[in-house]
Amino acid sequence: MGYFRNIKETVATIFEGMSVTFSHFMRRPYTVQYPDRVPIRIQDTLPFRYRGILEVDLEICTGCLACERACPIDCIVIDAVKDKDTRQMVLKRFDIDIAKCMYCGLCSEPCPTGSIHHTSEFEGADYSLESMLRRFVKTPVVAYKPKKGPETDPEVAPILDRGMAYLTDFAAGGEE
Amino acid sequence: MKQLVLQLTGEGGLLAGVPYPLAAALAMLLFGAIVVFVFVLPVAGVTSWLERRVWARIQSRVGPNRVGPQGFLQWLADGIKNMLKEDIIPTAADRILFSIAPYLVVIGFIATFAVIPFSSALVIADLNIGILYVTAVTGLVVVGVLMAGWASNNKWSLLGGIRSAAQIVSYEIPAALSIFPIVLLTGTLSMQGIIQAQGWAPWHWFLFHNPFTFTAFFIFFVAALAEGNRTPFDLPEAESELVAGFCTEYSGMRYLLFFLAEWGNLYVIGAIVTTLFLGGWQVPHVTDNPFVLAVLQFGVFFLKSYFWVFIAMWVRATLPRVRVDQLMSLCWLYMVPIAIVNLVGTAIWMMVVPAGLDRVVQMLMTLGGAAIVVGFFGRVRFHLRRAKLRDVDYYYNPII
Repeated sequence: MGYFRNIKETVATIFEGMSVTFSHFMRRPYTVQYPDRVPIRIQDTLPFRYRGILEVDLEICTGCLACERACPIDCIVIDAVKDKDTRQMVLKRFDIDIAKCMYCGLCSEPCPTGSIHHTSEFEGADYSLESMLRRFVKTPVVAYKPKKGPETDPEVAPILDRGMAYLTDFAAGGEE
Repeated sequence: MKQLVLQLTGEGGLLAGVPYPLAAALAMLLFGAIVVFVFVLPVAGVTSWLERRVWARIQSRVGPNRVGPQGFLQWLADGIKNMLKEDIIPTAADRILFSIAPYLVVIGFIATFAVIPFSSALVIADLNIGILYVTAVTGLVVVGVLMAGWASNNKWSLLGGIRSAAQIVSYEIPAALSIFPIVLLTGTLSMQGIIQAQGWAPWHWFLFHNPFTFTAFFIFFVAALAEGNRTPFDLPEAESELVAGFCTEYSGMRYLLFFLAEWGNLYVIGAIVTTLFLGGWQVPHVTDNPFVLAVLQFGVFFLKSYFWVFIAMWVRATLPRVRVDQLMSLCWLYMVPIAIVNLVGTAIWMMVVPAGLDRVVQMLMTLGGAAIVVGFFGRVRFHLRRAKLRDVDYYYNPII
């Protein structure tokens, strides 16, 4: 009797389906309520090698222009001149246009000290293109000169360690 | 309410000298307006919010939770937004019919509140043909929907309107046939009379009166869902086929009215189901204070009817939409014959079964109903276990 079997199956399957959906009332929703109701900042959960917005540690920048040459879309502009008197490289301009940057990471690879690196910051939305141009040099600074042997300046040493760690991690290809 | 009007028009009352029929009519209008603006509109709005939250939890989401505490005021935000929007009437549309169609739909559902008994005292008009009035007046909805579909001058709207008409006309038959067993048992069509024939305890309810009324309850509930164009029977508004069906061309306030009717209608379904099968406002005799009694009865009635609103949301989140031919075969091949069997069965039951056996059967039916609920939660537990959740994935908080 197909007729009664249909009725039985309708009732049984609806009963079963309702019990499945009811069990979902007792499960935790998967929704992540970004940005304001997350248990920890998303930035803090990202891996070390995450390619977020670029940042430059001017304390350890050697002014070698490797990053500027590596950039495929010329979003990095550096003015570095050699001071005639002191024979030191002086950085007059170090601009990164975040609006142009495509986060390829080619600039941070050739950097000898890990000065230019990606941060885990990704919230770059802004109302104007001008404000997305990050100017890292406010007043001309003397470029970093690598020393023979370990760095002795207590202020620069931790920054350099961080930069070198970044480079090592890059070379390792993320395999830990 | 009759007593109150008599007091007011009597000697020394506020309305002394006013003829009784006039005062009674005024009282009805006033109470009706209060019911509509203080009860119906907020309930429809809150239902829209709650429905979205319930679906969200079933789909492991959170749902609207930003406007007010837990998003409770979302319905106000939606309402204000829709009211401020431009009310567009297409050039090719029939302006007059297009404009009045939403109001007909809203009238069709708001008019039912005239006979819904919120408590033994709180009822606008206890008509002696109450339940007949409900079925008649909800028929106005189909006029409005068909009018909206035709006046929009749009093929999807017209298809939606015609589907809705076919659906409502078909499903009114099993719905009405499922009301008849109750009318047979009580011998009255008055809503208050039907409730007074039941008691506060589940075994006094008509749901558990005999197997036929038990089936009739489910037939009525399903048919009512279909009449209210609810999923799984929301073919008139099937997004994947008909854009938004009969409300495709509507915008702003008029669009809002259709949804007011849809969500308000959910409460009407719950209220009628409660009245017919679940003992309405019946409470155990605890107090003689008429005010406390009214509040208690109102609370019990509201909880019972809102429970079925919740069930309707839950069904909507569970079942997929049926096809048009399935819709029609479900109605004419299954629900109408079963409803007729229920009707005849109840009549035979009343003649054959002696009064003593009646009580036993009611008790057994209640136990059976409890067993179904227990079995249901057993299945829920089974599904939760089968999902092999980690401890952190269990979440018993109803709000998030």
